[in-house]
Amino acid sequence: MILNSLLVLMGLGFTAATILAVASKILHVKEDPRIAQVEDVLPGVNCGGCGYAGCNGAANAVVEGKSGANVCVIGGIETAQAVGAVMGLEVLDMELELAFRDCTGGQRAEELFNYEGAGNCRAQALLYGGAKTCPEGCLGLGTCEAVCPFDAIHMGPEGLPVVDPLACRACRKCVEACPRGVLSIVSMSAKLLHLEEVNDCLAPCQQKCPANINIPRYIEAAKNGDYAGAVNIIRERNPLLLVCGRVCPRPCELDCRRTHVDEAVGINMIKRFVADWEMNNNLRLHIPCAKETGRKIAVIGGGPAGLSCANFLRRLGHSPTIIEAMPELGGQLRYGIPEYRLPKKDLAWEIQGILDLGIDVRLNQKLGTNFTINDLEEEGFEAFFMGIGAWASGTMRIDGEKAQGVISGTEFLTGIGLGQPPNIGDNVIVVGGGNTAIDAARTSIRLGCDVTLLYRRTRAEMPANIEEIEGAADEGVKFIFLSAPTKVIMDDKGKATHLECISMELGEPDDSGRRRPVPIEGTEERYPADTIISAIGQKPQLSCFYTEGEEQCNIDFTRWRTIDAHPQTLQTSIPMVFAGGDAVSGPDSVISAVGAGRIAARSIHYLLTIGKIPLADNTLRRLIPYTLFKDVDGCKNKTRTPMPHNCSGDDRISTFKEIEGCLTEEELQHETSRCLRCGLICYDRDIPLENVFTNRVGEKVE
Amino acid sequence: MKEYFLLFISAIFVNNIVLAQYLGNCPFIGTSKKISVAIGMGSAVVFVATMSASITWAVQEYLLDPMGLQYLQTLTFILVIASLVQFVEMFLKKAVPPLYKSLGIFLPLITTNCAVMGIAIICQREEFSFIKTVAFSFACGMGFMLALIVLSAIRERIEVSRTPKSMKGTPIALIMAGLMSLAFFAFKGMI
Repeated sequence: MILNSLLVLMGLGFTAATILAVASKILHVKEDPRIAQVEDVLPGVNCGGCGYAGCNGAANAVVEGKSGANVCVIGGIETAQAVGAVMGLEVLDMELELAFRDCTGGQRAEELFNYEGAGNCRAQALLYGGAKTCPEGCLGLGTCEAVCPFDAIHMGPEGLPVVDPLACRACRKCVEACPRGVLSIVSMSAKLLHLEEVNDCLAPCQQKCPANINIPRYIEAAKNGDYAGAVNIIRERNPLLLVCGRVCPRPCELDCRRTHVDEAVGINMIKRFVADWEMNNNLRLHIPCAKETGRKIAVIGGGPAGLSCANFLRRLGHSPTIIEAMPELGGQLRYGIPEYRLPKKDLAWEIQGILDLGIDVRLNQKLGTNFTINDLEEEGFEAFFMGIGAWASGTMRIDGEKAQGVISGTEFLTGIGLGQPPNIGDNVIVVGGGNTAIDAARTSIRLGCDVTLLYRRTRAEMPANIEEIEGAADEGVKFIFLSAPTKVIMDDKGKATHLECISMELGEPDDSGRRRPVPIEGTEERYPADTIISAIGQKPQLSCFYTEGEEQCNIDFTRWRTIDAHPQTLQTSIPMVFAGGDAVSGPDSVISAVGAGRIAARSIHYLLTIGKIPLADNTLRRLIPYTLFKDVDGCKNKTRTPMPHNCSGDDRISTFKEIEGCLTEEELQHETSRCLRCGLICYDRDIPLENVFTNRVGEKVE
Repeated sequence: MKEYFLLFISAIFVNNIVLAQYLGNCPFIGTSKKISVAIGMGSAVVFVATMSASITWAVQEYLLDPMGLQYLQTLTFILVIASLVQFVEMFLKKAVPPLYKSLGIFLPLITTNCAVMGIAIICQREEFSFIKTVAFSFACGMGFMLALIVLSAIRERIEVSRTPKSMKGTPIALIMAGLMSLAFFAFKGMI
C-alpha cells in the first residue's frame, strides 16, 4: 500500500519532470539570451512603473532597443549599470528626477461651476475643461494619487497633490494621468533649463521679472523660516541675489497684485534678507551641479550677464572660463555701481560663491587686443558668450566736448571703482537722466562737490529708478529739468569753465513714446562748472569685433549698434557665438542681464548636447493678459515695511557707506505675510472663498 | 443535448464557481481592477481549467482508481496541474506566440489556483464522463470569467465614485462581490 502510493507519486513526478524536460528542449524558443540576463538583473517585482508589462516586458524592450539601460524606475543607478553591462550600453549618471507640481491654487482657486460627477480629474476635464476658473490649475480630485504605483502622491490639506520625494520614482504615470499638465517630471538641470511658458503657473511678478524668478515660492519659503530654501529657489534663476537684493529696480513690484489693495510687497527686501542671511552666517549653501561634461565654453565679460551665464553653464555640468578685460570681475557691478549702493565686499563674496562652483577666470584679457575668438577656438573652446556690456558713452554732440574737465559717466565711475578718483573740482554738472547720471551725481556729492544734474526732459521722464532720483535729491543734488547743453565754454588753457545750456519744452512723443524735447530759441544760459560729466547713451564697444585692418566682421549688429541676437536663443549670426546683457539690449538692469545669461547658457547647453536649440511655441513673451487684474477684492490693508536705512545726514553724504539696510526678522514676517501667493488667477483672500463671487475666467493660451 | 445545456447554465450561473462555490477568491479580487486584465485572466482560467480537468480525469480513471489510491487525489492533482501549466506555457510560447503574449503573465499565477483544482475535483465527485468533464470545466471557467469581468466593470466605476476613505479599494470590492453573490443567488431556483 505505502509502496504503491510512493511508487505512483514518484512515477508521476518522474513522468511530469521528463515531459517538461523534453518539452523544454523540443519547444525551446530561440530567444535573445540577453532578455533573460537583463531580466535577471532587474528587481523582479513586476511593479509596472516603467510602463512595460512586468520586468520581462521591460527586458524585452531593452533588448529590442525600445528603451535605454535606465528602464527600471525603482532600481536606480546600480540596476541601470547592470543592465548597461549586459547590453554593452554606456550608462550616463542619471540625475535625480522627481514629480513636481506647478499649481499652487488648490482650494483657493475659484470654481466655475458646482461639479458633482465622478471623482476623477479626467472625467471632470471632459466637462468644459474642468470646474476651475483657472485654465491651468489643479482640479484636485486626486487622479494622480490613484495612478501612482509607488504611493508617492497624496492629496494635501490645501487640495493639492503633495509628492513624497523619497517614494517618487519619476515613472511619469501621474504626468500622463493629469488632464491639466499640472505635474511634470523634472531634474535640477531641467529646472535650470526651463523657459517659462504661458501654461505654467506664473504670478504676475514672476512673469514681469526679466529672470522669471519664482517669487511667490521663495517668499513662502522665507515666510516659513526656510531661508535656505528661499535662497535655493532664487538661485534657480538668479545667482546674483546679494547684488540684486541691493540694486534691483524691481520691475516685479510694479505688477504686484497687492498694488490694487495697498502697496506692492517688498519683494526685493525679502530677497535681500535671505541673501544677507546666507552671507552674514557665512553659510555658502551647497549649489548642486550636474555631472561634468568637460565641454569648454568661453564667457567673455565678467559682468552680471557673464557671471550668470557661467554660473548656469557650470551647474549644467560644463566647464566655462570667464575672460575679463578689467583687473577684477563684476563689470558694471564693480565699476559702475557705487559703493554706497553695493559694497564691494558683498559683491566679492557673491562672485567667489559662483567661482567656487569650479569656474576658471582670466583677468586683464581684452577681446580683440589680447585674444580673438579664433585663438579661443584653437584652445578648445566650443561655444562663446559675449557679455561685454555697454561701456562706450555717447557724445553730447556739442562744441568744446574735448575740453579738459569733460568726462563721461562710465569713465568717472570706473575711475572711482578702480580706486583712482579723478580730480573734479568743486562744481560738477552731470548731464543725463539715467542711473549712470544719478550714480555719478551722488558719487560727486560724496566727494564734497556742489552737484547740478541737467536733464532735457522732466523728472517724470527720467529713466533712472525713482528711489535713486529721490535719494539724489535728499543728498543735495540740484536738478535742472528741461535743459540741454549747447556749448562747453573753455578758458585759454583749454579747461572747461562753464556749460551753456538751452531751455527745452516737450513736443510730440517720439518712437520710445516719450515726448520729444524741443529747444526754445534765445533761452541760453551759462552755468559755472569745473567738471562736466556726460552720462548719456551708453553703447557696447563693438570695435573689439573687428580684426586689424578689416572692415567687415562676422557678427551682425542692430541699427542701435548693439549685437544682433535672436531674442529667444540669444544666438548671434555666428552659430556658436551667443550674446546677452547690455551688449544686446543696450543699457539695462542687472536682472535683465542675469536673465539673458541663463537663456544663453540654456541655448549653449542644448547646442552642445543635442545639436539644436528647442523652442516652445508657448514660451512666455509678454504678460498674460487675463492674469493682470484691475481690482483685487477680499484683501485687508497691511502697510508696506519702509526701506530700512543704515545712515543719514552727514554720515550719508560724506561717506560711501551703504545706505539701504536689511529687514529685521519681525519685519520680514510682516512683509512675507503681505504676499498673496498669487497663481495665474488665484490669490490668498482674507474672506472665505464661499463668499466670493467672481466672474474672472482665465482663457487657455495656446 | 438538453442535459449539456443545463450543465452549462448550472455551471455558469447557478453554481458559479466564485459566487456560489466561493472558490478562487484570491485572483477574483486581485485581478479585477481593470476589464482588460480581467479578460486576460478569465481566458487563462478557462483554458487551464479545461485542460487540467481533462488530464486529471484521465489520471483518476486510469491510475488512481485501478490502483485504489483515491486518497492521493489532492497530491497527484496538484502535481499534474502544476506541470501541465508549465507545459502549456512552453507550448504556447512556441506554437501560439500571440496567445502566449496575452495570457503569458497570468499562466504562472494560476498554477495552483484553487478554482482550477476545485473544478477538477468536482468533476470527480460528480463522476462525470470525459465529455461531460470537458464541458463542465469549460463552463466553470466561463463562469469565473463572467464574474471577474462583471466585478472589474463595477470596480472601474467605483474607482471614480465618492467612496468613504476607509472603504476604498479591497473593502468595497469585497462588498460588491458579496452583493453580486447575492444577485446570483436568484438563479438558484432556475434548475
